[in-house]
Amino acid sequence: MERRTLFPGRALPALLILPQLVLTAVFFLWPAAQAIWLSTRREDAFGTSTAFVGLENFADLFADPLYVAAAGRTALFCTAVTALAMGAALLLAVFADAEIRGRAFYRTMLIWPYAVAPAMAAVLWVLMFQPQIGLVGAWLNRVGIRWDYRLDGTEAMALVIGAAAWKQVSYNFIFFLAGLQAVPKTIIEAARIDGARGFHRFRTIVLPLLMPTVYFLLVVDVVYAAFDTFATVYALTQGGPGQSTQTLVLKVYLDGIVNADVGSSSAQSVVLMAGVILLSSLQFRFLGRKSAT
Amino acid sequence: MTSRLLPHAVLVAALLVFALPIWIAVVGATQESSAIARGEMSLLPNLSGFGVFGDVLMNGATGTGPVWRELLVSAGMALAIALGKIAVSIPSAYAVVFFRFPFRMTAFWLIFLTLMLPVEVRLIPTFQVMSSLNLINSFTGLTVPLIASATATLLFRQTFATLPDELVEAARMDGAGPLRFLFDVVIPMSAANIAALFVILFVYGWNQYLWPLLVATDPHLDTVVIGIVKMIGLDRETEWNKVMATAVLALVPPVAVVLLMQRWFVKGLTEGDK
Amino acid sequence: MAGLTLQDLRKSFGGTEILKGVDLDLPDGEMLVIVGASGCGKSTLLRLVAGLETPTAGRILIDGRDVTGVDPSARDIAMVFQNYALYPHMSVFDNMAYGLKIRGLSRADIRAKVDEASALLGLDALLARKPRQLSGGQRQRVAMGRAIVRDPKLFLFDEPLSNLDAKLRVQMRGEIRRLQRRLGVTSLYVTHDQVEAMTLGDRLLVMHDGVPVQFATPMDVFERPADTYVAGFIGSPAMNLLPGILERDGSAVTVGGVTIPLAGRRFTGAGGHPVTVGIRPEHVVVDPAGAEWPVELVEPLGSETLVHAARPGGATLTVKLAGGGTDVGGMVPVLFPPEHLHVFDRNTGRRMEPANAA
Ligand SMILES: Nc1ncnc2c1ncn2[C@@H]1O[C@H](COP(=O)(O)OP(=O)(O)OP(=O)(O)O)[C@@H](O)[C@H]1O
Ligand SMILES: [Mg+2]
Repeated sequence: MERRTLFPGRALPALLILPQLVLTAVFFLWPAAQAIWLSTRREDAFGTSTAFVGLENFADLFADPLYVAAAGRTALFCTAVTALAMGAALLLAVFADAEIRGRAFYRTMLIWPYAVAPAMAAVLWVLMFQPQIGLVGAWLNRVGIRWDYRLDGTEAMALVIGAAAWKQVSYNFIFFLAGLQAVPKTIIEAARIDGARGFHRFRTIVLPLLMPTVYFLLVVDVVYAAFDTFATVYALTQGGPGQSTQTLVLKVYLDGIVNADVGSSSAQSVVLMAGVILLSSLQFRFLGRKSAT
Repeated sequence: MTSRLLPHAVLVAALLVFALPIWIAVVGATQESSAIARGEMSLLPNLSGFGVFGDVLMNGATGTGPVWRELLVSAGMALAIALGKIAVSIPSAYAVVFFRFPFRMTAFWLIFLTLMLPVEVRLIPTFQVMSSLNLINSFTGLTVPLIASATATLLFRQTFATLPDELVEAARMDGAGPLRFLFDVVIPMSAANIAALFVILFVYGWNQYLWPLLVATDPHLDTVVIGIVKMIGLDRETEWNKVMATAVLALVPPVAVVLLMQRWFVKGLTEGDK
Repeated sequence: MAGLTLQDLRKSFGGTEILKGVDLDLPDGEMLVIVGASGCGKSTLLRLVAGLETPTAGRILIDGRDVTGVDPSARDIAMVFQNYALYPHMSVFDNMAYGLKIRGLSRADIRAKVDEASALLGLDALLARKPRQLSGGQRQRVAMGRAIVRDPKLFLFDEPLSNLDAKLRVQMRGEIRRLQRRLGVTSLYVTHDQVEAMTLGDRLLVMHDGVPVQFATPMDVFERPADTYVAGFIGSPAMNLLPGILERDGSAVTVGGVTIPLAGRRFTGAGGHPVTVGIRPEHVVVDPAGAEWPVELVEPLGSETLVHAARPGGATLTVKLAGGGTDVGGMVPVLFPPEHLHVFDRNTGRRMEPANAA
């Protein structure tokens, strides 16, 4: 929507927008361009100079079984986190939207975890699942179920998925609840008069109206699982044991900062960039709103 | 009857799943580290053990500085990011909505693009830019680069676009210029949105992990989130009661901000982000 | 001296011409009501005068001063908006005072002016309230107050009453009229409500598709509409417009198969010239001697009754009868008194004037 009434002048708006543009250019656009540039270069054997190698870094990347494995692992991780976080949140939102006592209390108690940092989620999950000290972890071992995510890759993966999904439920809950509250009461009443009840009414009336929220959260959660969980995973397992919880962001960080392989890490960055852009454009396609014009 | 109880049962279970770790942290903080390490933790607090909070605040734990300083860094970072983003994005959104100037949409799209460039996809070059600007291990480096991001600008742009045209016209006839209109009308009228955004951004700033990990290696600039991950990272000599006390301290400020401003925050989040 | 002069004022939005040349001379202190169908450019005209839009061509003079390129705040005008456009976060007092503060008036002066205006509008008790704590009528009054405190040379109103319910509208209409008379400020008032137009205006400007079609006093517009558009637009129920033929030397018309001599009027038009004959529903006379029209619908309105009739050819006729339960059969015989007939050129739609006009 364009405004009808505007203020005249050019210098003032330029001045107003300048700080943001400068910050954007220096800390976002320039580094992003650099990432693309670096992804086409490689250091020579002595690390003294770099040379243009075209798409070789990318070719190497996709030929690297470790990278391909990390990509598959990330896909699994994102899918599981998104499904868990959305499923749980939708269930809770439906119950919290119902006419029950203590509604406000339940809502508040499900909203506060929004404030928990991804890294803090890891810490809290250590307190729960650490094999010696964790409430659940120690108990499992006491009753004879061997549990140590520091040694078992599958257990580690389950743990990081759980922690990452746990942290995101609250965000999804807030949106699902808002979505449910936006469903006009008259539509529900009309459906009741039509005789639709219970789960059937939810599936045929409410859920379709909730689809925009579902699509929106789908994208947000996948982006969250792909990027924001760096802190959760890094703090819980640092990608281990072995590489069993090494997602793509962790690999960018480990290869680039820890192992200082600039070319490969940059190529990985560019691949991720393409991923985000793809996801964002999907979001536009599905939502058709939040449009920038 | 079951249909009445089911929602309560599910909600109470969920509530416990979220609250239990916090309870464990509070209770664990008051107990002996060695007891915790043996897996012999009581589920009730040891009333004489609350001194641990003062202890970590003043002295920290093995391998970290005092937690009060970490909290201060976190608070400084969260406030600087929240206020900085608001201060930068209000004018830019205002310029885009209320003026026409060359390359207006280009500028807008450039800002918009930052949504697609999280720090993870520009890790190394950002680090290089930071070092060439001498911003590594500085509070400026910790905060300023995070101040530019599109979320706040988009939100304000949306808010401003819904202000009725007639209001602008009335103000113009009253003789208010663009800056006066901004300060006298637009900002007061957007107060609720600003409050909501403040919560979102404060939490965002407080919860940063990768960024401080990247640009601040100096322990004096450790945030409490960085600090606590360092504590559990040691693994062998972990003083679990101190970890738990620090976890509680690290959670209190952002949770308090969210709870105190719950209504605005929920409204701002769900109306703005979509 | 002219309060407001417009000279060939034009406005295009991206290639489409919305205002196609408006010329106007409004005497000082008068109230001009601009009417016309939705989208005909009324608001655009007002906004040009306000300075909120820049004209594509033409000039605007307020009180003799050319203000065409002048900023709205420097034009010495005040505007009342349809949605009031009150600042929601400011009290009633601050809403009225804001413009004065910007102009740098002293506190005492501001207080005096606001007090005066609020006394005039009966707002004294509400000065500390926020707009959301006011009723629609009260908000409307605050919007007026904000305009009054400025002592402008020109008031602009854009459908200020259309958000009020019917009863309040009548009351506020009267108030606006009294206020404008009392202050004696030249005013432009946009509406598409013809009752407002008839009762409020010293003069009426009827717009059609960006062209001013008639500029006259309300009674003049009612009695001598300039074309079929105005004839159909002003008056309720709308004037009947029927196809007719000019007869003989222009001293009679044939309409609905009946030839009516035009009692002393003679139009300069050849016999057989196609015309549109207009007659207001209240002027149609039911008389057994008249031509019969098949009745389609009878609407009793209490103090009067509307009879809608239609002929197979598609011609329709509305008759307004005094009294409530008038019993009409399947056919209504009607006469068209010649002195109440309006004659328009069917090709141009313009009103035809008798050559021997008295
Ligand atoms: N800023 C603009 N840009 C493009 N077209 C416009 C603009 N403002 C008005 N128009 C067009 O000009 C025409 C006249 O609009 P205007 O608002 O003057 O009508 P109006 O007579 O006031 O109608 P209403 O009775 O509905 O208020 C409309 O077709 C409208 O779409
Ligand atoms: Mg209009």
